Amino acid sequence: MVALTVNGRVEQLELDTRTTLLDALREHIHLTGTKKGCDHGQCGACTVLVNGRRINSCLTLAVMHEDDEIVTIEGLGSPDKLHPMQASFVECDGFQCGYCTPGQICSAVGMLEEAKAGWPSHVTVDVSVTDIELTDDEIRERMSGNVCRCAAYPNIVAAIRDVARGARS
Amino acid sequence: MKAFTYERASDMRSAIRAASREGAKYISGGTNLLDLMKLEIEHPTHLVDISRLPLKHIEQTKSGGLRIEAQVSNSALAADERVRSLYPVLSQALVAGASGQLRNKASVGGNLVQRNRCPYFYYDGPDGCNKRESGSGCSAINGFNRSHAILGGSDSCIAANPSDMAVALAALDAEVELLSADRATRLVPISDFYRLPGDTPHIETVLEHGEMITAVVLPPPPPGHQLYRKVRDRASYAFALVSVAVVVANDRRAITSARVAFGGVATKPWRSLDAETALIDKPPTMETFRFAAEKALEGAVGRGHNDFKIELAKRTLCDTLTRVLERA
Repeated sequence: MVALTVNGRVEQLELDTRTTLLDALREHIHLTGTKKGCDHGQCGACTVLVNGRRINSCLTLAVMHEDDEIVTIEGLGSPDKLHPMQASFVECDGFQCGYCTPGQICSAVGMLEEAKAGWPSHVTVDVSVTDIELTDDEIRERMSGNVCRCAAYPNIVAAIRDVARGARS
Repeated sequence: MKAFTYERASDMRSAIRAASREGAKYISGGTNLLDLMKLEIEHPTHLVDISRLPLKHIEQTKSGGLRIEAQVSNSALAADERVRSLYPVLSQALVAGASGQLRNKASVGGNLVQRNRCPYFYYDGPDGCNKRESGSGCSAINGFNRSHAILGGSDSCIAANPSDMAVALAALDAEVELLSADRATRLVPISDFYRLPGDTPHIETVLEHGEMITAVVLPPPPPGHQLYRKVRDRASYAFALVSVAVVVANDRRAITSARVAFGGVATKPWRSLDAETALIDKPPTMETFRFAAEKALEGAVGRGHNDFKIELAKRTLCDTLTRVLERA
């Protein structure tokens, strides 16, 4: 038996050791908001937050996450009470088919925390500077682990930019 | 994925004991291992989870360097303020690799032993893969080899080492700290940690079965300015075609100290002492850079699709040296 804490609820599960966190979420806890895209860590559709940090849930085993705090798209907000990032994606039309969207949103929420903590990125000119200004280049680079097959990127960047500016003011 | 048993290690000794069993493997971030297990390229029968061992510190050494424990994540290392100010080339190399999600999960120790990205290693090729099955052949040598190594290859294997982090570590003269079942610790210079493929390309490092990477040790930073430059097919989230890590110091007359390492072009992180020798005591001009680049790529062998890397590596080195000295 494995106890996983997902969106604040403890779930007792009987799992094969091979079960990825992604499959545990979707097939065992029936939280299907988290999507399976490539299943190899290349597309980002399966992004969830573990202890506040974004990871690819397809490339980790469920048994490795006992006692961790796992948050999925369902835990960020609900249809009547959207998380600001969810509201911004709706406002900016940051999707077309929507399949990558839960991963994009979880990734964006994790990314803003990383930037707030002063983490550098590949486009940060001087990596010793810890006051990160989230320019569009910074947003694009930091979100490069989330692929959108519909190429809704301009509006995804706009949605994240709006939340980032709100957080900065 | 083949079936396996799992245990979470409670301490290093029991972890090493468990991982020394036949068929056992360590798992930490899992971002590379699980990918390969899904494809059944890796098929351990027992996994020893070392991701929660208390090996997550970065501490100053007595000699003024840094000791980075193996379970530090790639993100945490890139964001460490001491790394960013004293070893910026390391921070730059880390954030040039993978994606935010992968860096959050991937450990420093795991990064060192990530497997190559040769398509014939991942998927079947007409002439086999000596890394997957020793003696089966190499499909890349006469196949699609655009991403492959031009330095350090053999007739058995030309897969390029994919790590960005290890290229910076090579330029910084890092050592890898290993702990074995007999509880002896050994420090291996990063240049000796990786093995050239020769006729045993399936053996990639000097790690013995069950031996654990416990830390990476950096000596005090070499003098001068540091820069990591990565050239790839996309602006982000792609493996290097060519990358260069340089640390260069100069006075008004000449270059006084130089470190040069390449990624994406060699079967292991490729430190070029020849390029360094060619730079030292020479004026910092394009002529000097070009001469050093020619020295660095002496002996490079193109296999067709990857011929362009020979010139690209030279130009990337010249460009990186120009940029780093502009900052000086």
